[in-house]
Amino acid sequence: MALVEIKNVRKNYGPLEVLKGVSLDVEKGEIVTIIGRSGSGKSTLLRCINALETINSGEILLEGQSVSTSMDGLRQMRQKVGIVFQAFNLFPHMTIEKNVTLAPILTGKTDKRGAKELAFSVLERVGLADKLNAYPEQLSGGQQQRVAIARCLAMSPHLMLFDEVTSALDPELVGEVLKVMEGMAAQGMTMVLVTHEMNFARNVATKLVFMHQGRVWEQGDPKTLFANPQTPELKSFIGHHAR
Amino acid sequence: MPNFNFRPLWRYEDQFIDGVLTTLLLTVSATAIGLVIGIIGAVVLRSGPKSARIGVRAYIEIIRNTPALLQIFIIFFVLPTIGLKFSPIQASIVALSIYFGAYASEILRSGLSSIPPSQIEAGLCLGLTRWQVLSRIVLPPAIRNIYPSITSQFVLLLLGTSIASQVSADELFHAAGFIDSRTYRSFEVYALTCGIYFTLVVFFKIVFALVGRAVFRWPTRR
Repeated sequence: MALVEIKNVRKNYGPLEVLKGVSLDVEKGEIVTIIGRSGSGKSTLLRCINALETINSGEILLEGQSVSTSMDGLRQMRQKVGIVFQAFNLFPHMTIEKNVTLAPILTGKTDKRGAKELAFSVLERVGLADKLNAYPEQLSGGQQQRVAIARCLAMSPHLMLFDEVTSALDPELVGEVLKVMEGMAAQGMTMVLVTHEMNFARNVATKLVFMHQGRVWEQGDPKTLFANPQTPELKSFIGHHAR
Repeated sequence: MPNFNFRPLWRYEDQFIDGVLTTLLLTVSATAIGLVIGIIGAVVLRSGPKSARIGVRAYIEIIRNTPALLQIFIIFFVLPTIGLKFSPIQASIVALSIYFGAYASEILRSGLSSIPPSQIEAGLCLGLTRWQVLSRIVLPPAIRNIYPSITSQFVLLLLGTSIASQVSADELFHAAGFIDSRTYRSFEVYALTCGIYFTLVVFFKIVFALVGRAVFRWPTRR
């Protein structure tokens, strides 16, 4: 059983159909990157996985269970699925430690005493254990994004989603975030990324998904697809990004 | 130059003190009730059903675009004709609460709107409940954003309680009129009354500034 099973999902905003019947499986431990032009539906698909967007038809199964529509069911599911956004979305009024421990404390994953240790250990994984008492505004974009990753890790997620997490960063800060993500990949975290980082897609990912016009246009082993794209659309996309 | 003489006012020290206490009672009660109205109003404006939104919008526009003096008269003089009788103090508290509630609704709504939806999304994605997201993630920065306007509105309310004198609620301005009629020392009475209002406002402004500095410690982008 795949960790995530996406079955013939359709999604439209009014008359505009963004996902035109998408099916995709994510196995445990897989690193799936979704690439494609803007407007191809890749971010929407990612947001459907943890029900930030509702789908119009089809089905999404997480660990074999259909994503619930009840508030309680949604919450339980989201406690197992971490998502990192392009814009970091840290909570500006909380210290880094608070940002990281808020959800584990409120959902009863840890008590206040254990929270400090938890914060330290997840922040150490992203190389920011010295920033426990800083506020988000005092950190660089790259550091903020690493805290956002740590905030998800504190919930011990079964699956991590990344929505263009390096797109808002200055070029010199992209590397430090990718390095953290590579570390997570090496430790066996199941990850689904929407990204423009072709090197990450080629070298770290275990599966490449190319989306075009609301459909999965091609998918398969990244190195094979990059070397030998089957469709003219992927060929031209790779050509654009190789420059 | 006339001769100023504040001495005759000393006999009325108690009236002044009672006036100040009543003014504070009106201000604090109307603020407390008005804030509750404001919270409900703001929540309805943001996520209530359409008919409720229209109702709240109408309430805000009617209260903000008519004289407060007229509102207090309606409560005190008109409502008794349909059987709703209030004492001067009660009528004043009701009228000022409704008045403050209209402004508070609008201010609180703007505060909630000042928080980007992505913050709410981030909270929900961590598996928090809507209430946890509202209380832990949305409200603290929202309150900081509206702190200057809601405290200014409080000051306007404090000064505005003087209209309660017109329905004979014995707050500070009413006391001043009474003392003036007894002493004929208009300048002295109203100068002193001015000074008391001014002192009250400055006191609250200092308290608000200190509280603001103590509570809102996190750095913001500038």
